[in-house]
Amino acid sequence: MSEALTELGTALAKSSSDAVMATQVNAMGELVVQVSPAALPGFIEHIKTQRDAKFSSLVDITAVDYPSREKRFDVVYHFLSMYTNQRIRIKASILEDEVVPSITSIHPSADWFEREVFDMYGIMFSGHPDLRRILTDYGFRGNPLRKDFPTTGYTELRYDEVEKRVVYEPVSLVQEYRQFDFMSPWEGAEYILPGDEKEEVAK
Amino acid sequence: MADGTFKDVQTGEQRIRNFNINFGPQHPAAHGVLRLVLELDGEIVERCDPHIGLLHRGTEKLMESRTYLQNLPYFDRLDYVAPMNQEHAWCLAIEKLTGVEVPRRASLIRVLYSEIGRILNHILNVTTQAMDVGALTPPLWGFEEREKLMVFYERACGARLHAAYFRPGGVHQDLPQDLIDDIEQWAREFPNILADIDGLLTENRIFKQRNVDIAVISEQEALDWGFSGVMVRGSGMAWDLRRAQPYECYDEMDFQIPVGTNGDCYDRYLCRMQEMRESLKIIHQCIGKLNNEGPSDVLARGKFTPPKRGEMKTSMEALIHHFKLYTEGFHVPAGEIYACVEAPKGEFGVYLVSDGTNKPYKTKIRAPGYLHLAAMDHVAKGHQLADVAAIIGTMDVVFGEIDR
Repeated sequence: MSEALTELGTALAKSSSDAVMATQVNAMGELVVQVSPAALPGFIEHIKTQRDAKFSSLVDITAVDYPSREKRFDVVYHFLSMYTNQRIRIKASILEDEVVPSITSIHPSADWFEREVFDMYGIMFSGHPDLRRILTDYGFRGNPLRKDFPTTGYTELRYDEVEKRVVYEPVSLVQEYRQFDFMSPWEGAEYILPGDEKEEVAK
Repeated sequence: MADGTFKDVQTGEQRIRNFNINFGPQHPAAHGVLRLVLELDGEIVERCDPHIGLLHRGTEKLMESRTYLQNLPYFDRLDYVAPMNQEHAWCLAIEKLTGVEVPRRASLIRVLYSEIGRILNHILNVTTQAMDVGALTPPLWGFEEREKLMVFYERACGARLHAAYFRPGGVHQDLPQDLIDDIEQWAREFPNILADIDGLLTENRIFKQRNVDIAVISEQEALDWGFSGVMVRGSGMAWDLRRAQPYECYDEMDFQIPVGTNGDCYDRYLCRMQEMRESLKIIHQCIGKLNNEGPSDVLARGKFTPPKRGEMKTSMEALIHHFKLYTEGFHVPAGEIYACVEAPKGEFGVYLVSDGTNKPYKTKIRAPGYLHLAAMDHVAKGHQLADVAAIIGTMDVVFGEIDR
């Protein structure tokens, strides 16, 4: 299985060398192809139509946020070929404000996935017919799946008995959101434990 | 008129505007909290814009701040019609990343309960879709069977719906023998119920009028819109992950993959009915194997699973391990994986990015219903308003998994 994928990977790298930056079959036996963002539509069109692969089903589009990297986001595409029973993962690293070309004209099913990525990460897709928020509330602000967005969010809503309608308010938590830190101090915790700072002073 | 196009009553020159209506979010045929904005020309649907997200709970965000084990119950809450099938995908993802081998008996139990889940889902879908098009009796009969199946869920794990039964490395507890016998007994009786529902619907004139040639999906459309599960099989493609990319011990099970020919609502109904019969076959095979092979451990003992209760009473290390497992949780080696199962609705997948800590760095849940509903505008266009209910039914949408 993985040999066939390796072969396919090298074939793809050869046939569209301008788009593919790296191919790899990872330890899980999955074919991962790193593609430059601008070349995405061309490459996806290519793997959809080329005879020996035919990745005709779009399985998923998502993004991963790495705030510490210069190219902050990875846009990740999954494709499935029902003809050869193979899967492929395509990744494109982009800057925070970079615009990704939409693939809705190649795969109509990309429509909602791209809307979701836009909603959750704020990544713009050029050429998308209707780039609106999809999962979050009407009038929502922020991009929830970015790592710098707090899990509790910024607003909460309740029914106001006086105004007789649902009102939005800033989040106020009776108890702080519980984020337990289970990192063992013997196994590479990077923070200083309370009391440890005295060691420096004693010297 | 309001838009100023009204000219004269006598000449009859007036522009007729399309009519926009809201279908849902509180509509009995919307199968949950779906809001469709429909643009109607008379009774014909011109445009259909689904507004989803009314049940959005931010599962993927919440998962990033919880341990792998704490995340497992979230999967029950996705497609709450067949909870264990979702858990299965999560467990497979973790097991693939960590390389844990599931014991044989646990594997059989997983397959057994996945198929029970499939029947749970298909009963609900077939009967409520029939209700959407006007039949009241099927859901009443079908839900009685669902109730029995949920009792089997309860007897295995203590909960009717939110099971948290499949765990990374196996299943939580072993099945008692009388439960296995009762499932076998039920599986022998169920074909009669299925035949009853079949008799009510399959040749029913009204049911056929409402379903035949409605929402016809060609092979190409199914590919373009990324369909999976019954939505592609109804269009004639024998694509089933249980057969194409076998996981667990599906490769040793003997079952058929029913396919449709026309790709309409009626064919998908027939597929679902036949799939339930095939699931029964698998259930019988699982029970046979479980009985033959006798009891053995159902968890891969090690870092990922708790120690035995008895061991904890005597061994300090076991006690520490238990404590660490349920507080810190286990660590998953850095890497990424896409694991998927053939859930009753189609391909349910989990894309998991791990950074080597005890919490997932990123999880993406790929729900089959999301893609099916995304094609709603394409499929519903040109149909009558009354068909929209039938189409939502046949797409088998459940908002737990679509909104996440």
